[in-house]
Amino acid sequence: MSGRSVAIVGAAESDFGSVPHLTTFEIHAQAATRAAVDSGLNKQDVDGLFTCGGFGALHALEMSEYLGLHPRFLGSTNVGGSSWESFIESAVLAIQAGKCNTALLVYGATPKSDVKRKLRSGDLAAMPRAIQQYEAPFGATLIAKYALIARRHMYQYGTTPEQLAAIAVAMRKNAARNPKAAMREPISVQDVMASKMVADPLRLLDCCLRTDGGGAVIVTRADRARDCKKPPVWVIGTGSAESHATMSQMEDLTISPAKRSAATAFSEAGITAKDIDVLQCYDSFTITVLLTLEAMGFCKPGEGGSFVEDGKLAWDGALPTNTDGGGLSSNHPGMRGIFLLIEATRQLRGESTAQLNNPRIAVCTGTGGFMSHCGTVVLAKD
Amino acid sequence: MASEWFHPIVDTESEPFWTAAREGKLLIKRCRSCSKTYYYPRHFCPACWSGETEWVSASQLGTIYSCSAVHQNPAQPFNDLCPYGVVLVELEEGPRMMVNWDFDVPLELMQCGMPVEIAFRSVSETLALPIARPRS
Repeated sequence: MSGRSVAIVGAAESDFGSVPHLTTFEIHAQAATRAAVDSGLNKQDVDGLFTCGGFGALHALEMSEYLGLHPRFLGSTNVGGSSWESFIESAVLAIQAGKCNTALLVYGATPKSDVKRKLRSGDLAAMPRAIQQYEAPFGATLIAKYALIARRHMYQYGTTPEQLAAIAVAMRKNAARNPKAAMREPISVQDVMASKMVADPLRLLDCCLRTDGGGAVIVTRADRARDCKKPPVWVIGTGSAESHATMSQMEDLTISPAKRSAATAFSEAGITAKDIDVLQCYDSFTITVLLTLEAMGFCKPGEGGSFVEDGKLAWDGALPTNTDGGGLSSNHPGMRGIFLLIEATRQLRGESTAQLNNPRIAVCTGTGGFMSHCGTVVLAKD
Repeated sequence: MASEWFHPIVDTESEPFWTAAREGKLLIKRCRSCSKTYYYPRHFCPACWSGETEWVSASQLGTIYSCSAVHQNPAQPFNDLCPYGVVLVELEEGPRMMVNWDFDVPLELMQCGMPVEIAFRSVSETLALPIARPRS
């Protein structure tokens, strides 16, 4: 049980979108310092650091040094976009065990500017060595891997491209409320269907954006949380689950590891899917959302398509999801899980650009790799 | 080995697999201890951690578990090949493997549930890569 022993007390984004004037390290610093201001805590209070995704093999050490920190507890397990939800799990354990009192989670990346500068390609292809030698030679892009998942779901359950498109349409409707979102013009299912095919059945508008930016979240002990600037957002349940690293090893392409991460987190928090007022669901692709909804128990396996097609994921729908516009329409600098935590915190504080009426329980489920890993965090306010 | 970036970096665990591939044969592994048949090859058994494993010739028959026609890939040589098919084949022996759809067979024929055979296309003097195609 997480109980109410640890809370999120600070949450902030760096400048995001296209920020070629900022280095990735500056983005980390901008987000971290803003999160500290948001919390009312000082740099000196931070004695735990969780970060991953930089260039070097020793990113956690580089970031500690750059930020001028000497953390008593350091975590850097990189499981992709869900790293941030799993970092919350680790931070709660570290704080409960007395290994640190206040932990900073921080992320930053500039994939949009890096592609323009030709520092990286549009697809982060794996080197064909070790276990990737059995997949990299076949040109299965990141999008193609998710396309395999979508195609299997369609084959097995009759899910349609139009149903996937409804997810993108709802995220855009949410983004329209967010002045900082990269894409705010409303779109229709027909617009999604008319966009370019990238990897069948996924089209351009089924895919997340590629933007620059970062974010930071600060968590602390209950007694300190109560003294912070804003009301605490309690971490009442966490769960993580891994599944695979290569697609041939994913046991069932229609089942997200969110099934296990959510079950663990819900059990700790003593909630079910019905108790959730607002959901922040990793949306690297429309199919990511569909599988996550089924895995978390919002609908039965195979029913995700009909569940989403009425637009219930929009901020004014029955299951408000990604109220900032998500990775499909707001921002997506690569490993987006930190933004799920930030928007959930804002909803529980009453600070969202698409604010709901007094939500009490928010859940974040991040997904990393190729539906390879999920982390679920249940948040609640007093 | 050829130096193109997408060419497998062959190691001691994979060398028999890629050597057989050049001869048009698909080798997979089986555990002598727990009888698990698995792909991709490992010297030990991932199911029971036994070191008593053997190479076996696969039937090279399977069905398409899932597939995608890739229309965009900025990286060469794939960019020139677009659209091309990526296929997860479920082998009759049980394991799944990722391969390409036969570049000489229309992409429209590729679909989930379809019976296929595994063949190999020669990419260079030292490398042949597995492909899936309709059973002959």
